[in-house]
Amino acid sequence: MGTNDIDPDTGTAPRFVSRGFTGRARRPRSARLPPGQYDVGSGFPVLSAGPTPNTHLSRWDFTVQGQVDRVRHYSWADFRALPREPVEVDIHCVTSWSKFDTRWEGVSVDTLLGDVESGAEYALAFSDGGYTTNLPLADITGGRAWVVDTYDGAPLRPEHGGPARLLVPHLYFWKSAKWVRGLVLGEVEELGFWERFGYHRYGDPWRQQRYAGD
Amino acid sequence: MAPAALRRRLNWQLAEVLSVTTETPTARRLRLAVHDWAGHAAGQHVDVRLTAPDGYTAQRSYSIASPPQAPHLDLVVERLENGEVSEYLTEELRSGDLLELRGPIGGYFVWPATAAGPVQLIAGGSGVVPFLSMLGHHRATRSEIQVRLLYSARTEADLIGTGELAGPGISTTLTLTRAVPPGWEGLRRRVDVTMLAEHTLAPERSPLVFVCGPTAFVETVAAGMLSLGHDQSRIKTERFGATGGP
Repeated sequence: MGTNDIDPDTGTAPRFVSRGFTGRARRPRSARLPPGQYDVGSGFPVLSAGPTPNTHLSRWDFTVQGQVDRVRHYSWADFRALPREPVEVDIHCVTSWSKFDTRWEGVSVDTLLGDVESGAEYALAFSDGGYTTNLPLADITGGRAWVVDTYDGAPLRPEHGGPARLLVPHLYFWKSAKWVRGLVLGEVEELGFWERFGYHRYGDPWRQQRYAGD
Repeated sequence: MAPAALRRRLNWQLAEVLSVTTETPTARRLRLAVHDWAGHAAGQHVDVRLTAPDGYTAQRSYSIASPPQAPHLDLVVERLENGEVSEYLTEELRSGDLLELRGPIGGYFVWPATAAGPVQLIAGGSGVVPFLSMLGHHRATRSEIQVRLLYSARTEADLIGTGELAGPGISTTLTLTRAVPPGWEGLRRRVDVTMLAEHTLAPERSPLVFVCGPTAFVETVAAGMLSLGHDQSRIKTERFGATGGP
């Protein structure tokens, strides 16, 4: 097939077609599916870099620190007493699965930040087990991010990030840090765990920002 | 910190399929020639992209099975039920075809460049694939690091990379969870804490522990290693599920 010829200058074909590949019989592609993603349906894959932590709720807290007027601490009881919101969103993993209409419940990051005074533009979320991920503050405020402890009406299971995880559905799901324990606000963007290993610093699924340089 | 090589932009490139061989009844080994391959660390993966004539694309990640020293790139792909990418790669793809990929990807679940102490590898099913690259690297560099591998598969026929699991300084324990052939000398049950205690490096030796396999396997093994006293920061995991990447 002519379209498979390699361009000697670039080593790639302008319109490569995989010989014999038609894709499985597919429904019309949902407009809710970002490019390069597939609908995982009822499944919910688990991906993480280390063992699942086991933090007792009596030792759990959530901290807002870094460039702030005053550090904010929330115990589990404090956190559970905050105003809660149901959230129903589509999520998109960089490993190319997407899952539609996931139902969560938790506390808006706006609520957790509360009256924090800060000139920061970035946040570094940190988790039990040492995981971190960086986010522009504008992306986790204004009703765009939550700390959730409930999935599909039940307490969030540990392998999915329980007792609580960050939920930032408009970015690739590695930004939605499992086992989240707090945010460090700062003027400078400090890269997180996967971002230091070559993943994209922002991670917009609609622009396929999977890896650095995408 | 990430190696500098990971900072560059990852471009899609076309690899030539040199051969497709049967690894197990459900897995195929794809041997690829990649023009201008940037090199990889043992344990890294690539993204593979398939494109249909109407422009529809599907992409998935696959671990690299070959060591960095090999002149070619090997992927071992397990066929999954209704996996449109894995079905194409295991049933349709043949030598002479071109395959679009980019990589290497992932700088965490990799053989450490400066490892001094022992390394424990624990694999379930096709989770052994990144370890094939690590073991090949170990042999190619004549490394003196002690390596132990505990590898669980369903049956003997499901074992991947059977010719690549040994070498100087490498000791391998196999366990089969379903059928055991006559004269089988390995273990014959699912991995549990007792097996981990008896057949992996002791926590006192502070091994670097890599665990790769299906989600339930990784959860069991990682929790088991923690309970035996291994430090959480020494345990690296990579998971896939039946729904993790068809």
